[in-house]
Amino acid sequence: MLKRLKHIIKAEVIGRTVLRLSKHLDRRRLRKRQHTKKDSIFGPPLISSADMKELMSLHYLRGETTTRKVAWVTSGAPIEILLALDYHLFYPENHAALCGARKVSTSLIEDSEDFSYSQDICSYVKVNFGGILKNRYPVARIPKPDLILTCNNICQTVLYWYRVIADIYKIPIIVIDTPFVYEKVEPHQVEYVKRQLDESTGIIERVAKRSLSEKRLNQVLLLSKEAVSLWLKILMMAKHRPSPISAFDTFIQMGPIVDLRGEESTIRYYKRLLSELEYRVKNRIGAIRNEKYRLLWDNLPVWFMLREISTTLAKYDTSIIAATFSYAWGELAPLMDESKPLDSIANVYLQVLLNRSTGSKLQTMKRLIDEFEIDGVILHSNRSCKPYSLGQIDQRNYIINNLKIPAFLIEADQADGRDFNVNQARMRLEAFIEQLRERRCKEKVQ
Amino acid sequence: MQREGAIGIDIGSTTFKVVVINQKKEIIFSNICSTEADISSQIERIFESDLSKYRDFAIVSTGYGKELVKKATHKFTEITCHLNGVYEEFHRGCTIVDIGGQDSKVIKCSEKGELIDFVMNDKCSAGTGRFIENISTRFKIPIERIGGIALSTETSQNISSTCTVFAESEIISLLSQGSRLEEILRGVHLSLVRRIKSMIKSIGFEPPLVMSGGVALNPAIVQLMGKELGTEPAISRHPQLTAAFGAAILGIK
Repeated sequence: MLKRLKHIIKAEVIGRTVLRLSKHLDRRRLRKRQHTKKDSIFGPPLISSADMKELMSLHYLRGETTTRKVAWVTSGAPIEILLALDYHLFYPENHAALCGARKVSTSLIEDSEDFSYSQDICSYVKVNFGGILKNRYPVARIPKPDLILTCNNICQTVLYWYRVIADIYKIPIIVIDTPFVYEKVEPHQVEYVKRQLDESTGIIERVAKRSLSEKRLNQVLLLSKEAVSLWLKILMMAKHRPSPISAFDTFIQMGPIVDLRGEESTIRYYKRLLSELEYRVKNRIGAIRNEKYRLLWDNLPVWFMLREISTTLAKYDTSIIAATFSYAWGELAPLMDESKPLDSIANVYLQVLLNRSTGSKLQTMKRLIDEFEIDGVILHSNRSCKPYSLGQIDQRNYIINNLKIPAFLIEADQADGRDFNVNQARMRLEAFIEQLRERRCKEKVQ
Repeated sequence: MQREGAIGIDIGSTTFKVVVINQKKEIIFSNICSTEADISSQIERIFESDLSKYRDFAIVSTGYGKELVKKATHKFTEITCHLNGVYEEFHRGCTIVDIGGQDSKVIKCSEKGELIDFVMNDKCSAGTGRFIENISTRFKIPIERIGGIALSTETSQNISSTCTVFAESEIISLLSQGSRLEEILRGVHLSLVRRIKSMIKSIGFEPPLVMSGGVALNPAIVQLMGKELGTEPAISRHPQLTAAFGAAILGIK
């Protein structure tokens, strides 16, 4: 009871009020920047960002004092059952990305290496371990888990990662095994995943100390579907010239679709963002001031270099307007069917980008290149994410030779800044833009 | 208004290169010196001394220090400058290998002198000229002689280490086991050549192979590269000045 009261006062009363106030101040600051920074290489900032900051901060704040059961989940985990049973969800991957964007991830990685975790392990894992093992949370405190739900549709590392977490906190762990999809999803694969979901429901209910209501599950699925559909619409706005949103914006704006899909607040937020983007399209306001070259990004972002990369590109009138990573969260919207919840969940989570063949990813890239009128592709060969980086050399060659547009690989890591040389990366980006320019000049001559 | 010519400035991590060309694209002045800690002062000094008489010349800068050349009319990456420098000399499509002190680049150039693709080695010094330089310093062999010594034998010791630092201890261990220095040095060169060869293969080798950068002056690298790729490499006329020359060419363009 006391815990609940503390939560209400800290998060729902004080926290909410402070965050609301801060949102209004942020909005005012962003509006001011829209008028004052007219000579900037970037377009005016998105005012909606202030709302997203409020939404995500409140989620983290609620986690600190929540009296709800807490589940730690992987980014590709079927969370709808958990939400229907009122769990508070925490995504270690998203938290690690946040630490990367705030440039504090490398020190947490070093912390985990103090405990003999190898340098070769995924940097997200080590950011998470670093925080737990040293009890150090430079960005936001994280709630202790009551349950872990992990799904191997994004990689195998998550199995080992979450076994360690389960061992540290002595809590149950549910692993949903999703067979790899080579061409198309087979009915037996859906049946296999569905059976696991069915079996897990008992454990999830036991920890939650309540029973799953089918009506509530349908509601959550419906909300999830709407949020994902809105996210897809937001991404599609980048088809316009100039694109009102860059992939860098989408990397930040995807916070709610990862952490809070299935919640009404996410839908409200994305509607707001969409309407701001529609306004920008109508008034020809671009994410960068003078958009000449439009790029596609493959793989996770280099979180700690978002600003540096976007600035280098914008200086040369170049913007990354689409990314396979942000698109992965929207492309499955049509598969969601609230009338068959478990079938639908199984089908959707089987088909996430990294659980499909590299050829399938290439087809997605090809579609994005055509639909978004892409001039060049940057493939981030990500030391941490092997499944995402697999086949990138062949994909690059295919793009250059068959689609006839420039493409290049940049080696980096999603959160570990130690192997990244800013100057050399900048030089590579500049050389790539010079290649795009030369190509454009040649086209004009012809 | 047409300028009298162009100045190309290539500020690398170890050397500072300047090339001045006239409208006929002939080199009328060139200089190579070490890059100093205070690059801005060095640039100012060079403009006041060596370049003071080239007043009405376009100025193009390249290299890691290109942004510091405030007087530059244009700035380009070394990739574009190397490409233009080599194309001006050979006038044909080719694969360019530039092994520098800090990084190595493989650039694919089309028949029309356009950039097709490029790949760089920047993570590991065992794939750059620094590898040879370190070995040369460690064993007190002048850098100009090291290639010749490596070519004095037909057999080589396999240097398995993938790291410059570890390679040193591997070499010491080989010496203590009685291996000949010549064979070890040939192995060192071969190790660098094979690293570059995989970069070349990764973007698809299109002959001829043109080598630029200071390491192109090392006969062992050139010969072993030719042997590995089954082709005789061509050497850029002034390998160390190729990027600066290319920058000057871009100034004329």
